[in-house]
Amino acid sequence: MSKIFETPLYPYQRSPDQDAPRYVRHPVIVVGAGPIGLAAAIDLAQQDVPVVVLDDNDKVSFGSRAICFAKRPLEILDRLGCGDAMVEKGVTWHTGKVFTDTRETYRFDLLPEGGHKMPAFINLQQYHLEEFLVRRVRELESRGRPIEIRGRNRVSAISNNGNFVRLEVDTPEGPYNVEADWLIACDGAGSPIRQMLGLDFVGKVFEDNFLIADVIMRADFPSERWFWFDPPFNRGQSALLHKQPDNVWRIDFQLGRDIDREEELKPENIDRRLRAMLGEDVEYELEWSSIYTFQCRRMEKFRHGRVLFAGDAAHQVSPFGARGANSGFQDTDNLCWKLKLVLDGTAPETLLDSYSDERTYGADENILNSTRSTEFITPKSEISRIFRDAVLDLAVEHDFARPLVNSGRLSVPCTYDGSVLNGPDDPALPRRTRPGAPAVDAPLDGGWLLDRLGDRFQLLLIGADGPERLNESGLEIEVLRVNPEKNPELRARYLGDALAAVYLLRPDQHVAARWSAWDEAATRAAIRRALGME
Amino acid sequence: MNRTTGLNTQPNLADPDGFYAALMAAHEGLTKAQSDALNARLVLILANHIGDEEVLKQALAAARKSARA
Ligand SMILES: Cc1cc2nc3c(=O)[nH]c(=O)nc-3n(C[C@H](O)[C@H](O)[C@H](O)COP(=O)(O)OP(=O)(O)OC[C@H]3O[C@@H](n4cnc5c(N)ncnc54)[C@H](O)[C@@H]3O)c2cc1C
Repeated sequence: MSKIFETPLYPYQRSPDQDAPRYVRHPVIVVGAGPIGLAAAIDLAQQDVPVVVLDDNDKVSFGSRAICFAKRPLEILDRLGCGDAMVEKGVTWHTGKVFTDTRETYRFDLLPEGGHKMPAFINLQQYHLEEFLVRRVRELESRGRPIEIRGRNRVSAISNNGNFVRLEVDTPEGPYNVEADWLIACDGAGSPIRQMLGLDFVGKVFEDNFLIADVIMRADFPSERWFWFDPPFNRGQSALLHKQPDNVWRIDFQLGRDIDREEELKPENIDRRLRAMLGEDVEYELEWSSIYTFQCRRMEKFRHGRVLFAGDAAHQVSPFGARGANSGFQDTDNLCWKLKLVLDGTAPETLLDSYSDERTYGADENILNSTRSTEFITPKSEISRIFRDAVLDLAVEHDFARPLVNSGRLSVPCTYDGSVLNGPDDPALPRRTRPGAPAVDAPLDGGWLLDRLGDRFQLLLIGADGPERLNESGLEIEVLRVNPEKNPELRARYLGDALAAVYLLRPDQHVAARWSAWDEAATRAAIRRALGME
Repeated sequence: MNRTTGLNTQPNLADPDGFYAALMAAHEGLTKAQSDALNARLVLILANHIGDEEVLKQALAAARKSARA
């Protein structure tokens, strides 16, 4: 097993908080240094909000988990300074093949539209991602940004006191107490914070077991996602093969409901499965194996006073569709700018309720999609299996049945349709960039649009007149002028057939409102609305 | 919604007996499992042909409603 799991990345160090005569109060404490907690901390520190991360461990998360990262999370990670490292290390892919028995039934191409900085998908081991995030934390630290990770600091008690939170933290040198104005709980699916506060986490538990084997082999399978229904090497079940960097392949075998875990995990049994799938004389090394089951559920609300939940702590989905970590990054992307503006006194505390509203909406979308995929992959009843098999049989011959084949609907960005923060829309403009949608990337003057967006409110004037600068509610709004003639892709994505447009963008790069011409009063109202003031 | 695009529950088959016989013939000699599979394929083929979401919803509701207790 690779030594990455054993190397402490943020070893325990005594903090002055442990010797302070009184409880030290921090503006923001993040519990959990998984991918989502680290993303939250980096986002806040980049905006100069002091943040302390507490984690009960000091290493990357153990074993094999996420591998598949979608374009929108990559764009978010790019804003956080980790995008290039991920794309460089990751395996870029866009073709998926679906087999039934030994026949290819269906093939999809995520055909990445041209003119985007980030690819549609990459595969990358979660531990590499976590390493990049920790490296970014160190980089920010060395530049004097207010960020700190405390390893082997386990939160053992919490009191949520209305306008602050007090924690009890266990360390190798004994417990101490610390306080925060705001707490972000990113402590994973089993969230001790959620449990200590006695909060709900309802949803569906699925009974099928899946065996993960990550193997290192020199093989010439292409960089594609291969999914089998009912293959000869795993009769009546499904299987998945996907490539990761460093010649590591993720193989996922559905095992069914009532299984003997211990028996299945015996190396000789895993070996038997792998040889049946890959060929008798395949040479491989087993990097990791484990058996997992999954749930689809979420908290009713992601905000509880001064405690904000994000990532797996707030919601859990089945792995089909790669929506776990991918949606967690969309949580912190949504949360951090709001928290900063509330801490600055620019926006009312209630702005944070829109975090809960927008991200529970996103979670529902993910749960819906991943529950549907799960139903298709692991039919729950006889009739469900009959229809599933009918779809697969028809798909060989008939185009119409192929879109019905559901081997996981891969993560797509969430558009906050109907959000209270959304301002006016001009329906003459393209639908994909409507209010609530994340800005669609496009080449801009030799660079990329998304490299110019984010971290502050911005006004995008595309072939439209408008002010040089704008101040509203104590915020400086940056004005960006774009020449549509020189940027045809941007023009197509933001203007369509219109001649000009004015877009108001939030710090998380989502469109807040848009018009076909500059209207000062409407823009000011839309800014106040996006700040939760209207 | 335009009424004419709703589910047609009026007689619409030119030769009802002929269609019924063809349906039975399609199932002839099949096991129960094979027949179930055929029915499922048939439903999917017809559903795609209809395409209209509203009509399909009404058809599902009508089929469900006529179930024996
Ligand atoms: C088999 C599998 C495949 C997956 N594939 C994908 C995929 O392809 N794409 C994708 O996007 N997602 C995928 N996921 C989901 C993804 O792994 C999770 O969504 C992601 O890890 C969630 O990150 P998190 O930071 O919210 O939580 P975690 O990664 O669980 O991190 C929680 C952290 O909190 C710490 N902690 C817990 N309790 C305490 C405490 N009391 N005090 C201090 N610290 C504490 C833990 O040590 C841990 O570091 C997959 C998951 C599995 C199991």
